[in-house]
Amino acid sequence: MTTTTAEADIRNFTINFGPQHPAAHGVLRLVLELDGEVVTRVDPHIGLLHRGTEKLIEHKTYLQAVPYFDRLDYVAPMNQEHAYALAVERLLGIEVPKRGQLIRVLYSEIGRLLSHLLNVTTQAMDVGALTPPLWGFEEREKLMVFYERASGSRMHAAYVRPGGVHQDLPQQLVDDIWTFCEHHPAVLDDIEGLLTDNRIFKQRNVDIGVVKLEDCFAWGFSGVMVRGSGAAWDLRKSQPYECYSDLDFDIPIGKNGDCYDRYLIRMEEMRQSVRIMKQCIEKLNSADGKTPISSADGKVVPPKRGEMKRSMEALIHHFKLYTEGYKVPAGEVYAAVEAPKGEFGVYLVSDGTNKPYRCKIRAPGFAHLQAMDFMCRGHMLADVSAVLGSLDIVFGEVDR
Amino acid sequence: MSEMLKNLGAHITGKLGSSVLSSEIAFGELTVWADPARIGDVLRFLRDDPDCRFVCFIDICGADYPERDKRFDVVYHLLSPYKNFRIRVKVKTDEATPVPTVIDVFPAADWFERETFDLYGVLFDGHPDLRRILTDYGFSGHPLRKDFPLTGHVEVRYDDEQKRVVYEPVKLVQEFRKFDYLSPWEGTDYVLPGDEKAVKP
Repeated sequence: MTTTTAEADIRNFTINFGPQHPAAHGVLRLVLELDGEVVTRVDPHIGLLHRGTEKLIEHKTYLQAVPYFDRLDYVAPMNQEHAYALAVERLLGIEVPKRGQLIRVLYSEIGRLLSHLLNVTTQAMDVGALTPPLWGFEEREKLMVFYERASGSRMHAAYVRPGGVHQDLPQQLVDDIWTFCEHHPAVLDDIEGLLTDNRIFKQRNVDIGVVKLEDCFAWGFSGVMVRGSGAAWDLRKSQPYECYSDLDFDIPIGKNGDCYDRYLIRMEEMRQSVRIMKQCIEKLNSADGKTPISSADGKVVPPKRGEMKRSMEALIHHFKLYTEGYKVPAGEVYAAVEAPKGEFGVYLVSDGTNKPYRCKIRAPGFAHLQAMDFMCRGHMLADVSAVLGSLDIVFGEVDR
Repeated sequence: MSEMLKNLGAHITGKLGSSVLSSEIAFGELTVWADPARIGDVLRFLRDDPDCRFVCFIDICGADYPERDKRFDVVYHLLSPYKNFRIRVKVKTDEATPVPTVIDVFPAADWFERETFDLYGVLFDGHPDLRRILTDYGFSGHPLRKDFPLTGHVEVRYDDEQKRVVYEPVKLVQEFRKFDYLSPWEGTDYVLPGDEKAVKP
């Protein structure tokens, strides 16, 4: 695009940022309009990873829909499954036993660590630091091994299921997670040592992408994005689900609403997650953590293999649950969890059959990415990647 | 909690009068049916009223009920972080009747309305930029409608001779199989294929 004036040639550039750009965090195409180096308009083109998850879920039974949630925000898979499980459980009206709840919370916090470690370190990489991702990914690897040891899969766990979790954790795994929790804060100190007082990191992030709290709410932000702007709002505290109300942890909030505050909040949230995980493990090892891991409702939760060898009823239940599935009473619910990236919600409409009639996935990243134009206008081109990094976008959930 | 929701529902219906058609509480959630033409006023009231303060935008989505006269629901979810409430506002519409946009109330509605348009074909009156958002450039149809087939209509592949991506009608090696597992747990009461020809005793 070229405009010529009488005095001089002024050229406004329109450039494509992505879809294959290392700082685009996946398949994002940003059409940027530049006046010199100042961004005048951002038009994100999304949908390059659209897989029709919601349509597919409408054609699957409630149990078969679970694995699709792993593939949304694929850096913290279990948090998504959790939201879906809560929605189905609310429609069915079933309770998850204590141990199941503790395992869910434990793995939700592992998911938070996975996500924040990836985000903080790649945000650092976007602004020029190379070492943090190497250190952070070493920790992520350990966490993914915990995923694998619980569910058999490093990422796409399908572990949190309506009614509870799929199988129990071996004691050795619980002990190993405890050992991890003992050592992890030291790694966080190391990463923080590289970044928090780093001159370049601060120059790139302080006072960049500032959002006021009213704007945050109007733009549908949630999670770290609203906490960075000073709202003490966390669904784990304000609308507690599972056993979060029994656990002791703090919610860090920011003052300035800029990229640097959001980074600091993510670092502190990781420390709080470790604190929550330790409490969960203590409870898992105590007497009241020795309950079953899933609901005893045989019409929803499939029986264990050992049971099927002896009980005819269990065998029938197994057959029916894996062919027909279970029917969910008609109605509609909206269940949300505090996923690492913000409020991840599932709006589930049931018509009383064995398949969801409508399953809308409310992804936090979708609302955050839409505000790119609002946040980047007037910033320099180089700030675009800093803002994008601090929004914490994963295309699995934005595009669905 | 449900008592508070009931009061809130009564407050909203009382204040908004004819803009609100009905309200109900199910599964501990408040749902309000609104007049589609006045949805902007309803959301503005919910945002600004000191007893509601639903300032936080959560979601807009569609839902399709083809057997109904007005086949689409447009569902708005809002959150009040100050009062710690959630609310769901629903309006009914069809393919031809546009719903007024709510971008002037919540700027975040922009993409969510585009998504609803893209996936359901619901029109939003006054939306400045009602383009498709999730589906491909040049896509036709609205994939989340119940009458849109799961397999879609076109498939893409890279053609080595033409050196570009080509679009072709979907060719399935095997017909898409849809199993009807929806039998009752206890005994069957549906007619198996062929049974209808048998003489009823």
